[in-house]
Amino acid sequence: MVTIGAIIYEPGSTVRNKTGGWRTFRPILNTEKCIKCEICYIFCPEGAIYEDEEENFRINYDYCKGCLICSKECPTNAITRVREEK
Amino acid sequence: MIEIRFHGRGGQGAVTAAKILAKAAFYDGKYCQGFPFFGVERRGAPVMAFTRIDDKRILIRSQVYNPDYVIVLDPTLLDAVNVVKGLKEGGAVIVNTTKEELDLGFKTYTIDATGIALDILGVPIVNTTMLGAFVGATKLISFDSLRRAILDTFKGKLGEKNAKAAEVAYSILSEN
Amino acid sequence: MERVDVITGTTAAAIGVKLSNVEVIAAYPITPQSECVEMLAKFIADGEFDAEYIKVESEHSAMAACIGASATGVRTFTATAAQGLALMHEMLYIASGMRLPIVMLNTNRALSAPINIWCDHQDSVTERDTGWIQIYAQNNQETLDSIIQAYKIAEDEDVLLPVMVCIDGFILTHTVEPVYIPDERKVRDYLGIYEPKHAYLDPDRPITQGPVGVPECYMETRKQINDAIERAKEVIKRVNEEYYQLFNRRYGNGLVEGYNLENADTVLVAMGSVCETIRYVIDRLKKKGKNIGLLRIRTFRPFPKEEIKEMLEGAENIGVLDRNISFGLNMGALGTEIMATLRDKKICNYIVGLGGRDITPRNIEEIVKHLEESKDVETKWIGLKE
Repeated sequence: MVTIGAIIYEPGSTVRNKTGGWRTFRPILNTEKCIKCEICYIFCPEGAIYEDEEENFRINYDYCKGCLICSKECPTNAITRVREEK
Repeated sequence: MIEIRFHGRGGQGAVTAAKILAKAAFYDGKYCQGFPFFGVERRGAPVMAFTRIDDKRILIRSQVYNPDYVIVLDPTLLDAVNVVKGLKEGGAVIVNTTKEELDLGFKTYTIDATGIALDILGVPIVNTTMLGAFVGATKLISFDSLRRAILDTFKGKLGEKNAKAAEVAYSILSEN
Repeated sequence: MERVDVITGTTAAAIGVKLSNVEVIAAYPITPQSECVEMLAKFIADGEFDAEYIKVESEHSAMAACIGASATGVRTFTATAAQGLALMHEMLYIASGMRLPIVMLNTNRALSAPINIWCDHQDSVTERDTGWIQIYAQNNQETLDSIIQAYKIAEDEDVLLPVMVCIDGFILTHTVEPVYIPDERKVRDYLGIYEPKHAYLDPDRPITQGPVGVPECYMETRKQINDAIERAKEVIKRVNEEYYQLFNRRYGNGLVEGYNLENADTVLVAMGSVCETIRYVIDRLKKKGKNIGLLRIRTFRPFPKEEIKEMLEGAENIGVLDRNISFGLNMGALGTEIMATLRDKKICNYIVGLGGRDITPRNIEEIVKHLEESKDVETKWIGLKE
């Protein structure tokens, strides 16, 4: 049933909509080469790059759509791409 | 129902006069309407405003075409506009002029409202003076109600001066 | 304490807003705006009225600001007219689609070109299908009362739709007449505080308003609006009665108001201030032994189909006055609606008073004469110059 005014009362319900399956290419972040400049984190249009507890940058593959902007922007070429196998 | 038409020039306060007269009639326990001619407002251009007064609720919402009274705030309008257009037979005109007599084909009262206004208010704004003259000439409403409506509209000293100007004109035409 | 004052229609509306405890007002104060928003700004500046006043850069923004404010859960108001309402057009759908009970005063004025700021209903009937409730007031008293009632109707949980109170430009907005001003406390007690359950801003209970409505749900949202405006009929009738109990004034059954309908074969149907001039003519004709009826449509939306059918059952000659024109159909909006409602009656549509053309008692008499004497039902333009 549609609510009055099509209002959504469940906060953060968009997280259920996982977009990782859209990828043709998967970006792989090499933490050895990463200088933690945060450029990939800033440029990711999906907010799918995050910093883990050890302060390493990681990619959340549940939501990464494989646009590869991170790979294009990385100044040390730490992010490479591999074909998704489906 | 009594219908009154005001002729003035934009900025002279004809619309305010129509509204004050409506309110004064209301204070006399009557029903009323006061409104401008729905035109383009320009300073100096000939303007009209209307007041309707009745003992029962006023339903008609068209403009006034056949007034019972006409009030002319500016004597130069006599040459520019046909101020008695549509005036009912037996109707009367009250004109602000320095002339003693005018032939407009209807009963006409004259008063030097500009002189009174300059004397009391210091500016040639004659709307309240002309209301005093109208009430004096016609006794259509009580002067007390007019005074009250003027004091509602202009606050403080300005109100007192306007009421005074109205009173002077009222006395002059009451004697006629 | 209730008091009475001699005021214009715009003043009556502004006082209605002040009494209704409105919290946010957004408006664009330029021609063809009315004095209403200026007065509200003054009330606030003088410390008589505690509301947030947002000056915006267009009517589109005024409605946008009201939508934003209403979505946070506060009572809102704006006013507009003519071209300003047309500029709001797309935002009107957002307000009704998000089910926000915004109240707006529309001063009925003609649409340009040529530039014209005088009265007709083209502006608001053009917004007929936006999901807004439309109330057409016939005098300054009804203007004030309708603003207060509009909040009660709009905020009812069965309705939750915006309301437009339409008043005739100049004819009501610039005319002073006696108006009863209800006791402020009594009005505030009657309306209460607006506490929406559906649309609010609360960081502890976050919600998403105005999301994408995909084909799987959009049609349902339309049906819900249609159902809500249908339910509004009962709410409007109830509010009309409640208001009568509290303030001793009512307007027909809230949706329609009949005058002298008993035994009248000839009936005029109209909206807005012209209904009073029609009543003036009816009273005059009655003295001459002529019996003419009037059915005033107070709410153009929701459209009171049932009442119209019932109240015009005995009528033989029906004349519908329209202060608007649908180009290419040669009919006005009310004329087409009445014909759609009463399919087997003799109905003639009269186009009157466009762009401030005065509607005189003589015009009304001309319509009555035509209705009674002619079998011709082709739309007639009244008061047109040769």
